Amino acid sequence: MRHDIIEKNVGLLSVLVLVVISFGGLAEVVPLFFQKQTTEPVEGLEPLSPLELAGRDIYRREGCVGCHSQMIRPFRAETERYGHYSVAGESVYEHNFLWGSKRTGPDLARVGGRYSDDWHRAHLYNPRDVVPASIMPAYPWLFEDVIDGDAIAAKMGALRTLGVPYDDTQIAGAREAVHGEREITALVAYLQQLGTVLKDAR
Amino acid sequence: MSHLWRDVLPGFWSAWIIVITLGTIAISAWLLFANRKTDKPADADGHVETTDHTADEIEEYDNPLPRWWFQLYVGTVIFALGYLLLYPGLGNYAGLLGWTQEGQWETEVAHAEARYAPIFERYQQVPIPELARDAEAMDVAERLFLNNCAICHGANARGGDGFPDLTDDAWLYGGAPDTIVATLTDGRNGRMPAWQQLGEDSIENLTQHVLSLSGQPHDAGRAEQGATMFASVCSACHSPDGTGNQALGAPNLTDDAWLYRRPDQPLAATLRQTLRHGRSGHMPAQADYIGEDKVHLVAAYVYALGRRD
Repeated sequence: MRHDIIEKNVGLLSVLVLVVISFGGLAEVVPLFFQKQTTEPVEGLEPLSPLELAGRDIYRREGCVGCHSQMIRPFRAETERYGHYSVAGESVYEHNFLWGSKRTGPDLARVGGRYSDDWHRAHLYNPRDVVPASIMPAYPWLFEDVIDGDAIAAKMGALRTLGVPYDDTQIAGAREAVHGEREITALVAYLQQLGTVLKDAR
Repeated sequence: MSHLWRDVLPGFWSAWIIVITLGTIAISAWLLFANRKTDKPADADGHVETTDHTADEIEEYDNPLPRWWFQLYVGTVIFALGYLLLYPGLGNYAGLLGWTQEGQWETEVAHAEARYAPIFERYQQVPIPELARDAEAMDVAERLFLNNCAICHGANARGGDGFPDLTDDAWLYGGAPDTIVATLTDGRNGRMPAWQQLGEDSIENLTQHVLSLSGQPHDAGRAEQGATMFASVCSACHSPDGTGNQALGAPNLTDDAWLYRRPDQPLAATLRQTLRHGRSGHMPAQADYIGEDKVHLVAAYVYALGRRD
């Protein structure tokens, strides 16, 4: 037996461990890069508008993904409450994914249009005002902080590099579209489009 | 929406998965058997064979794997092969059971549909005023209300700032059964324009006039001055006597029901805000979310709420 060669050589051991554990990824992950179901957008999917994109960054900044998933699984209990289960083609323009893995609050994959803008604003200002039993934090600063939009064009350019089909006109007008908007406006715009691309979603 | 799921892998990648998966299992099994040892008793001198690994002068015995561990390992290999035979796991191979995530979901939904649809169908045959008196139906409706409506209108249906109270007898669009069904089915968009351009003085006069309409404490002089402007600016929607117009969803200003009223703010302040900036209320359409049969049931619940006392 020669396993002492491996056991006494940490570098070699690490490389071989990596080789062994990569088999799972090679079989489970790599083929998805070549499967239409995961690489092609569902019909009608549009990249986020600059305002929605700014809202998405606020969603990330405030850590919404820590308590809210955006992934409806194909179980009746979920589709009954949230709508049609999520499909991969809805997420092809998502970088990074905000699917989440924990539901302290409800899933938000199809929250778009479910409630009014006013409700979202009231709820984000102080969740207890509309849902007395809520344990969600309040986000009052979103109503004061203003978006400057200086980075939005660069962000859209980066997303374009990753395959999101923004065109030059959209990118050129992006700063103008978000400059001076309150953060709450952007976040609500982002929330209100979530999951709305599937029309027969119920 | 099965077209969103039924998508086969290109042949190469299907083969890729199959080769890696089965190959990994084969190598794991080979590794186990290639290193298998049989129990060797100690020799005549009492020496036991070791692996030649020594650390701090302690030698490692070269004993075979414990039998239970060995068998468990073989068990996992057999389980893996059986699983891959029955369920989809090997590329495009569908598995003997023909199981799919979507199929499982469809079965679940069909099962629930068969069980619950007749109940809602039965309720749908009953006219709303009658259904509103059916305690069992209202139990079911209450659950639907709590799941779908309470988030805005509150668990007690008393509403909030900007969200109508459903327990009073004031109706923005009307409380007839058909109207409630229409509200639930298609939603509502209430819109009051902003009147900032009238100037602060006029806003104050109108505020006092609106307060006077429902007998709230007000400045009589200013209310009097606001009357003319109310007639020219507000009466088109809120009607000349201020009783509103349910066809437009324009609230009745002569009663004590206020759509916009904050507990931390005097009524006059909220009225000024409404007049300056206007209001835009939106109730999302519910038919797509809960279906027509449940709309009927929830409408009966809302109908009953408005007539509780």
